[in-house]
Amino acid sequence: MDPHPDLTSSVLTGLGWYYLIMCVMNVLWTVRSYRVDGQVPKSVPWIGGIPVAAFWASFSALLMMVSVAYFTGTRSPETFPLRLPDSFKDSFDAVTANPVVFFALSVVGFVAMILLRRIWIKDTVAWLLLNGALLFMGLSMTDWDFRQIVGKPDNVPIVGMLFILGFLTWIYFRRAVDNDDRIAAGQPLYEQEDNEKVLVWPDLVYTELICMVLLTALLIFWGIALKAPLEEPASSVKTPNPSKAPWYFLGLQEMLVYFDPWLAGVVMPMIILGGLMAIPYIDFNRAGNGYYCFRDRAFAVSTFLFGFLPLWVAMIVLGTFLRGPNWNFFGIYELWDVHKVESANNVNLSEYFWEWPLFRSIYGGIPRGGDVGTILIRESPGIVAMIAYFALLPPILGLTILRRFMARMGVIRFMVFSNLILWMAILPIKMLLRWTVSLKYIVGIPEWFFNI
Amino acid sequence: MSPGEYIRNSQIWRSIFRHPAPTDRRNRVVVMLTNFFLHLHPVSIKQQGIALSYTWCMGGITFFLFLVETITGVLLMFYYRPTLEWAFADIQALRDVQTLGIMREIHRWGAHAMVITVWLHMYRVFLTGSYKPPREFNWVIGVLLLVLTLLLSFTGYLLPWDQLAVWAITVGSNMARAHPFLGSEGPGYQLLNLGGYDLITPGSDAKFILLGGRFVGEATLNRFYILHCVAIPLVVAGLIAIHFWRVRKDGGISQPL
Repeated sequence: MDPHPDLTSSVLTGLGWYYLIMCVMNVLWTVRSYRVDGQVPKSVPWIGGIPVAAFWASFSALLMMVSVAYFTGTRSPETFPLRLPDSFKDSFDAVTANPVVFFALSVVGFVAMILLRRIWIKDTVAWLLLNGALLFMGLSMTDWDFRQIVGKPDNVPIVGMLFILGFLTWIYFRRAVDNDDRIAAGQPLYEQEDNEKVLVWPDLVYTELICMVLLTALLIFWGIALKAPLEEPASSVKTPNPSKAPWYFLGLQEMLVYFDPWLAGVVMPMIILGGLMAIPYIDFNRAGNGYYCFRDRAFAVSTFLFGFLPLWVAMIVLGTFLRGPNWNFFGIYELWDVHKVESANNVNLSEYFWEWPLFRSIYGGIPRGGDVGTILIRESPGIVAMIAYFALLPPILGLTILRRFMARMGVIRFMVFSNLILWMAILPIKMLLRWTVSLKYIVGIPEWFFNI
Repeated sequence: MSPGEYIRNSQIWRSIFRHPAPTDRRNRVVVMLTNFFLHLHPVSIKQQGIALSYTWCMGGITFFLFLVETITGVLLMFYYRPTLEWAFADIQALRDVQTLGIMREIHRWGAHAMVITVWLHMYRVFLTGSYKPPREFNWVIGVLLLVLTLLLSFTGYLLPWDQLAVWAITVGSNMARAHPFLGSEGPGYQLLNLGGYDLITPGSDAKFILLGGRFVGEATLNRFYILHCVAIPLVVAGLIAIHFWRVRKDGGISQPL
């Protein structure tokens, strides 16, 4: 018997239900498509004139057949053919299983989300994306390793959050683009149409009541379907590998790869919270108060979305699903092997600097010694770089390309704003330096626990 | 006179509900003003301000989840004993044998959901620009509530006293050791000394204060239990009250000016 079976009878039954639900969703979509979408234009060869709904009907029928196949395949799960082929899983992992590709993909996805917003807010495109994501999930569930990590009870909410977040972001861009067009055309905003005053009883209190009933039902159903995790009793001698913080802190834990605990665990969380609180006081833009829009607040919204989606949510996904024993990176279809070895041979900026052939011939390599003066001289390149980054860059920016910002914000506010932006940027910068030149610390003074 | 009418005309009923059922316009207004639970709301509101596609209902859901957590949490407190001897066994019994043990499941999933809905509420408030004047300070209170929600979840994470709990808290609280100046492995702690003696040692630093010891142990369990069940919920309740009050005082739910 395979100790890690990709398919079991219960998995097949579960997937049968999964595809049945997808089928029902697409049947409903077919009805909608039949009413709204009309026909493929006559000019398109071969398929011109066919109702668009016909394609959705065919897709629903296909899903129905897949569902029946899963239900009937439960007798011999070992040989059931509808599964991800190993060749695909291996090549997928080989390409994506490292943090560089993961981060690059999340940034590319983020940029595409903003630039292509007019395309993906369309109903049909969004529905295709949803179906794509669901099919990817469903097919991946036929892999043992994927199921171990995604099916963990504590991780289920994260998967749910990703879908809800995608949906709400879709709603945002849809409403924002609509309002952008209205503003450009000089029409009233969407929020200003049909905006009569209504009585809170019944219009609001009934919404709240229905919401509470549905949520209670959801929580009870969730509680019955998934048991809260309970592992072995606590033991101070058996350290689990990996040891992970609660899932909502895994973005911070992931930052520990690039920064020491005093930065990743203390200073940066404080700056994140302080920065969040500072938002209303540094955003001088009066537009977009109380309605969805993008164009009039493009900078503010893009910055916030970048901080929330690639730098917070994607980092949580990375820390939760893709970090295994020894905090090594594992592909989604890869076995969490405790013995996986990743070479880490990182170099400090000071070593790069003093061991540079020219300096080496003049000064004889990196200064050695534990007294304060030697340490400061040794780390002077990094210290100068940090001072330049946090103290010189803001005024330079404020007097050149961001002059408009500084003029409107005043000096103090602009300094706070630019320092917050620089703190936000330092994480991707350090990541890039780590990946390109294996940089360990910009300033490395382990004698004082002061490493940046 | 039907029994229903008799009850509604009785002195007891009329002392509780001081006006007829909210079936006509006048009584629908009056009910919002005279009912304690409803008076958080205004009497009337702009239609688009309460549209689900606008609010996503996330703030309300967060508050509802806070109530669910309070109720299930109180029920769990009747059963659970925060000691090394009993903590794990009590949770195990809740899972395996205890009637209404599902309260623990609801409590845990509700906690996860609450973290998510706080984020999504902030997401919506940002994207509609609702933190802009005059609502700046309510956004600040909201960020404080975010911190407290995360701390509530973090302190509750330890209470089952299993491997998952203890090591997650160990990983999280190790950060306190690296606190600048106040952690025994943080930069600058050497600066705090008197006559050559360090004030900040593993026996006196930020991690020690958080855990009530050098390691996650019985003192930590007690400390986190009090924080989780009493201290933080009290502060959260106070801040929620201010948050709601300010929503009303800052001009109600945000709308285009």
